[in-house]
Amino acid sequence: MSDALLPPIGMLAELTHRCPLQCVYCSNPLELLKADKELSTEAWLALFEEAADLGVLQIHLSGGEPTLRPDLEQFVSCLARRGVYTNLITAGVGIAEGRIERLRDAGLDHVQLSIQGAHAPTTEKIGNNRGAHEKKLETARRVVELGLPLTINAPIHRHNIEEVPAFIDLALSLGAERLEIANVQYAGWALLNRNALMPGREAVERQVEIVEEAQSRLRGILAIDFVAPDYFAIYPKACMGGWARDAFMVAPDGTALPCHAAGTIPTLHFERFGDRSLTDIWVNSPAFNAFRGDGWMLEPCRSCERREVDWGGCRCQAMAIAGDAAATDPACIRSPLHSRMATLIGEANSVSDADDFRYRRIGRA
Amino acid sequence: MGSSSRQRAILSEQSRPHLKRYVRLQYDPVRGAWAVLSPERVFWPDEVSLDILKLCDGRHTVFQIVDELAGQYDAAREDIAPDVEQFLQEWSDRFLVTL
Ligand code: SF4
Ligand code: SF4
Repeated sequence: MSDALLPPIGMLAELTHRCPLQCVYCSNPLELLKADKELSTEAWLALFEEAADLGVLQIHLSGGEPTLRPDLEQFVSCLARRGVYTNLITAGVGIAEGRIERLRDAGLDHVQLSIQGAHAPTTEKIGNNRGAHEKKLETARRVVELGLPLTINAPIHRHNIEEVPAFIDLALSLGAERLEIANVQYAGWALLNRNALMPGREAVERQVEIVEEAQSRLRGILAIDFVAPDYFAIYPKACMGGWARDAFMVAPDGTALPCHAAGTIPTLHFERFGDRSLTDIWVNSPAFNAFRGDGWMLEPCRSCERREVDWGGCRCQAMAIAGDAAATDPACIRSPLHSRMATLIGEANSVSDADDFRYRRIGRA
Repeated sequence: MGSSSRQRAILSEQSRPHLKRYVRLQYDPVRGAWAVLSPERVFWPDEVSLDILKLCDGRHTVFQIVDELAGQYDAAREDIAPDVEQFLQEWSDRFLVTL
């Protein structure tokens, strides 16, 4: 690829790793950062200003739980002033009265609320938090009452895949504009808990039918985005729209990464904002350039007509399953290792205790 | 807002489309192009889409938008109306435009 390097469009800001929930599928790294490693208010503000200068148009304020940062309103108003679209990605638990209103008044554009189960016991079990479900529903109501657009994010796995129809009803009853039926990506804590989370093949097929039927029945009523489960796929997803192509993320300590799980690739070194500017990292970081475009590809990707469609899939999944970050993502049917996906599904589905979770905790992977 | 109260909006010539409150049409000085910012995505409208979107101000009816564009493009109403209407119905179905 000889295209000129374009500026990033989107950025995911993981403001903190702290979170009241302990979801077993969390995409955060196993080594979670403590509060004392988080960037200061001033550093985040400087980072956001530079992101806007660089050309970032959309920032997802995430975590952990981003509302645990008392300076969130400052970040939102800084970004609003710069015309950057802000999306709050929240677990919706423990948000103080009046907070969402203040965020809206600061210029927040959109709220994405994760709900772990369509029913309270599932939500409590997956997040290991009593009473979480009711609090989430309350957050959803407040968001809608304040006139903010709401997306419900439903991370799907073995323990809630049968609740997909109920998730659709829930999203409708809460007045959400969008629902994401997002099958869990097996990275971070989800990879650690893969055997407990992997759904069965029949349940996946049923889910696809249910979602397709609902998408057409609810056309113009509720937008349903479907994130397909990689392990059951024929072709991989274009991870992050291609490595360091449209978007990137920043960890709580200011480390810039092309994607969530990039830290699992041991050959790469990631730089921190503060040591280097964002622009310098975006343009010059060897880690960002390692898998940019298609020049790094091996066969079968190198000569594949889909190479600029999916960019060879997920580098972290190639690392995790093929043991080589430059390999074709094994989710692809053209990967020589594709059959491993079926083997891993089979292994997971044969474990006797699917509730044997390792909950996400700081300092305890 | 219960599920029963929610219905798909169907376009008519009298609809007065406007961008949803959480959708922004904004000029991006870095790229020198107009962008549509929405919850999960950024769109880069082509010239014709941009002309339509700029008229989605909640005042122009679909009938007037077609008139206006027919004038701008020096084209017959009938030639452009189907495309404009299809575009707006699609953007309504994707929750970007309110009819
Ligand atoms: S071979 Fe590579 S580029 Fe081709 S579809 Fe598979 S992952 Fe994508
Ligand atoms: S590289 Fe893989 S793990 Fe990382 S964000 Fe992309 S899909 Fe996810």
